[in-house]
Amino acid sequence: MKSFSPTFLELVDLSHSYGQRYVLQNINLSVDRGDVFALIGPTGAGKTTLLRITNLLEVPSEGEIYFDGTCIPRSGKQRLEIRRRMSFIHQKPQVFNLNVYDNIACGLRWRGEKKHMIAEKVDHILEMVGLEGYENRNARTLSGGEAQRVALARSLVLEPEVLLLDEPTANLDPLSIVKIEQLISHVARQHNTTMIMATHDMSQGQKLADRIGVLLDGRIVQTGSATDIFHSPQNKEVANFVGMENIIAGAIVTNNDGIATVNVGGNAEGIRIEAVSNCAVGKEVYACIRPEDITLALSRTRSSARNSFQAKVTRVTTLGPLSRVELNCGFRLIALVTKISAEDLNLQVGREVYATFKATGVHIMERKLANDWNS
Amino acid sequence: MEIWDGLTKAIELLMSFDPEVMQIAGRSLSISATACLLASLICLPLASLIHFRQFRGKRALISTIQTLFAMPTVLVGLFVLVLFSRAGPLGLFRILFTPAAMVIGQILLISPLLLGFTISALSGVSKEIVDTATSLGASGFQTIWLVLREARYAVLAAVIMGFARAISEVGCALMVGGNIKGATRVITTAIALEASKGDIALAMALGIILLFLALIINIVLNRLQQR
Repeated sequence: MKSFSPTFLELVDLSHSYGQRYVLQNINLSVDRGDVFALIGPTGAGKTTLLRITNLLEVPSEGEIYFDGTCIPRSGKQRLEIRRRMSFIHQKPQVFNLNVYDNIACGLRWRGEKKHMIAEKVDHILEMVGLEGYENRNARTLSGGEAQRVALARSLVLEPEVLLLDEPTANLDPLSIVKIEQLISHVARQHNTTMIMATHDMSQGQKLADRIGVLLDGRIVQTGSATDIFHSPQNKEVANFVGMENIIAGAIVTNNDGIATVNVGGNAEGIRIEAVSNCAVGKEVYACIRPEDITLALSRTRSSARNSFQAKVTRVTTLGPLSRVELNCGFRLIALVTKISAEDLNLQVGREVYATFKATGVHIMERKLANDWNS
Repeated sequence: MEIWDGLTKAIELLMSFDPEVMQIAGRSLSISATACLLASLICLPLASLIHFRQFRGKRALISTIQTLFAMPTVLVGLFVLVLFSRAGPLGLFRILFTPAAMVIGQILLISPLLLGFTISALSGVSKEIVDTATSLGASGFQTIWLVLREARYAVLAAVIMGFARAISEVGCALMVGGNIKGATRVITTAIALEASKGDIALAMALGIILLFLALIINIVLNRLQQR
């Protein structure tokens, strides 16, 4: 193995603008060899642009890209050489108007591979994606899921060192999604392929990635493990995006050895929530609670949970097997319970229940100015 | 009545393999096919270049090309005549009134058509296809080749259109070829001559033969495209 550098792919101070409008700002990102990195963020956050720049399809307005220790020039032949060590699966699978075999073989042909090697590799990859016997079918006649598998096969057959995926399962049916996700994690494990995957599906990021970066409005706001991102978001925008539906403004009134009391009532009497936090007394904060961390009962339960509030149901919506319950307990609280338990508790508008959650289930964020991103 | 006469005469001429008619038809075919082939070799790469490169005046260039679709054949003939006449800048080649001059004239005539329609064929291929090819490691040339293949039906239509215009024109062939019997007489110039001599049936027959040729060419090219 040649000189081992810990960072395989690195974006440094990268910004990109179309005219006056910045789509990416101050991106600093490094991915180690073999890492699966998920880029999550809402549509329009700049995920696709970031992938396009990484794939050297576009030249960033500012900043540098380092690939395996080399700084990539802004033009010239070296870009093609480096691009040939990666592969990018675009969001909408664009199969060529050729048969499946030629679709998958084209990348190898462009690299000047021998004919018999191409045949061998294409056969192997067709089997891997479950498209044996499709060789002579025109790729344009395939279903969305099949076309996505051709697109995946076409990239995987190149055995890229870096695989870039843009919303690999957008617009696919649930069964196709499972197949594609299995393939991705298989490749990541078997071939130690470095991956950067853009997705707006947080659970997909959680399932497949070693590390997650949250891209909001062209900036990477937070990077970390799935647990970091989902349970300890760094600011309100991230919290909102990762499904922290309860973000309650308040202030720390006491703090005893890491057990903080937050007044969320707005006056001196107030309503108090206990949380595990080192935040100092007097700080203005947000108390964040994931809706699935709240339990509902008809009586005050005896449990280790420090927070229990009497609440009135204000709205119930059914989301497949789950029910989303809006409560008023002096402040607005949203809980997610199974549909069965919602029926057991006879949750209807006006019903009195107790909402309970643990102090460890409350994430405390300091309140800052909305545009202070570098928290 | 003359239409009927023309039709029977055409069948007669075709069936009897009248040597003179065959020769004229063969000449028409070879001159126009050569012109179409050479024009394609020039125009397909050139159209790709225009399509893929960004440069100042690109829109104006495309508008100009499209305007030249309407170029009168006699104007092209006049241009070639001036260019290759004894005293002209290219007079030393002495190709005026030879099939070579006719091929050059037809190349000039159909090039705008081939360029314009190939550019619009390439525009029909989505930007995502181009990006996908680039992402899969295609070089610039490899990308152009792939996009031409993606647009093959529309590109072929452009080529067929170019051939059709070449084989059906008469103004340029007459001016730079001269309708010399046994040398530069092609179907269209022969039709003009026979019509002026009053042999309407023969003129009709020649016209039908020309359309028949066009039909065969179309069938052959369509077969090629389906492969």
